[in-house]
Amino acid sequence: MMTGSFENFAGTITDIGPLYPFVGSEMVMCIIAVAFWLGWHISELRIEKREYEAEVEKFSDAEEIQRHLDKRAD
Amino acid sequence: MESELSSLTVIFTEFYYWVTVVFMFLIHVGFCIYEVGVSRRKNHLHTLMKNTMLVPLVTVTFFLFGWWIYFAFPNGPWIIGGLVDAPWAVPWSELMGAHMGGTPAGDSLSAEDTMFWARINGVFWAAFLLFSWTAASIVSGACIERIRSSAFWILAVLIGSVFWIIDASWGWHAEGWMVQKLGYHDAYASGVIHAIAGGFALGILIVLGPRIGKFRDDGTPRVIPPTNPWFVTIGLFMIFTGFWGFYAACNVPIIDVQDGEGVFFSATNIYLAPTSLSAITFNFLMSLSGGMMAGYIMSRGDPFWTYSSGLAGIIAASAGNDLYHPIQAMLIGAAGVVVMYKLHYWVEKTFKIDDAVGAVAVHGYAGFFGVCVAGFMLWGYPSSPNADFAPITPWGQLAGAVIMFGVLGLLPGFLVAKLLARRGLLRIPAVVELAGLDVSAEVEAEQQRRNLGRAEREAIPSVISDA
Repeated sequence: MMTGSFENFAGTITDIGPLYPFVGSEMVMCIIAVAFWLGWHISELRIEKREYEAEVEKFSDAEEIQRHLDKRAD
Repeated sequence: MESELSSLTVIFTEFYYWVTVVFMFLIHVGFCIYEVGVSRRKNHLHTLMKNTMLVPLVTVTFFLFGWWIYFAFPNGPWIIGGLVDAPWAVPWSELMGAHMGGTPAGDSLSAEDTMFWARINGVFWAAFLLFSWTAASIVSGACIERIRSSAFWILAVLIGSVFWIIDASWGWHAEGWMVQKLGYHDAYASGVIHAIAGGFALGILIVLGPRIGKFRDDGTPRVIPPTNPWFVTIGLFMIFTGFWGFYAACNVPIIDVQDGEGVFFSATNIYLAPTSLSAITFNFLMSLSGGMMAGYIMSRGDPFWTYSSGLAGIIAASAGNDLYHPIQAMLIGAAGVVVMYKLHYWVEKTFKIDDAVGAVAVHGYAGFFGVCVAGFMLWGYPSSPNADFAPITPWGQLAGAVIMFGVLGLLPGFLVAKLLARRGLLRIPAVVELAGLDVSAEVEAEQQRRNLGRAEREAIPSVISDA
């Protein structure tokens, strides 16, 4: 089993190209990266929306907001 | 690498850019500290994390498409030509990873590509990436205390990995169409980073609206003072420090610039025209000084504006800081500060724009001013070593400033913000803004402190008996 594209560093160094393992799988890795990135945005949008809805419900009472504002000088 | 000299040149270039990247990291540290210092205590965590998380998001997207855009878009595309092939910059390229420069594994790259890019691609990508963080971070400060993080991060990706790098490809690339046709010259990015980010921020602010309480019923603005002026000043000092790295990263450190017989090694600007670190060091410091002196007088010694004016002074002179005399750089820096300071308050009062950190003024107005002034100061200068390209002119620079600030900055910022606002995704609900953006975290922390206190009280009898 060998995941790399070269066996050792002996001989001519300029024969060595990519150092990372699984050469040839770059496109698959890119697709995974795009999915990871877009998935992150989508889940963050959903989570944040849910959190704000809960906070709006909690602070819909003017006294509750006032109590929080009074606790701080700023 | 075929000879000792070319090996040393490549390895020096690799190390040079790596050092600039480390320096430029301080810009982001500074922006985070600065924004937290400006924000009110009830919003500290939200402000910090909003800016911090642009780092991974812009990094990943700049890997996926930002770097490719820079090399593929110099012609527009379809303004003076089509897309340019850039096989070393597509995210699936073997050169977008650890590589020894040997025989390429795939067919899309030549042996020349791998030899040249293997050691330069990562550090050059990172230098541009740090500019991307800066562009997004400039926008971040302007909209603190009321923008949803999830909305900001979408906008950050767009300015950091799409719009600024399109403008870099057009006006900050040796073959960019704006350089070729307009004679656009912007050596240290007055327009390319600062004007575009300021314009983008203004576009968002128009849609986002001011913070609650910022304007009185009669429309006059209230001052919302920084919570921690020490954080603000330390943050800005760090940005000054990182700006050195930014200036160095705008240069190519060593190439043969001799046209014809013989060899002459020199640093060059991004257009490959000869310059030196010494020249830009003179001008960096003199424009910083001119800006600070003008800012101190204008603001009557207000620390926030005096430090910010140092930045604005550099930004105002940056377009031509490879060629100006240091005293010219100082005077342009000072004049740029007067313009941006006056404009900030005029725009705030007239259009009710709440720019929390003065980002639109310091980066947008000073950057726009800097690009335009370079058109007059450097009128007739070659915009690049290529004799076929248009020379620098006031109208070429004005057109460039409008493209940077308006077309690629303000317009997309406004449109995307409008789209997010229409979906109810842009602004934080008003009650949460009033209670504080960290309210849930604060309530949770208070509960945790109470629980701990209770546990400590319960432990008292056993601790005493053990003693």
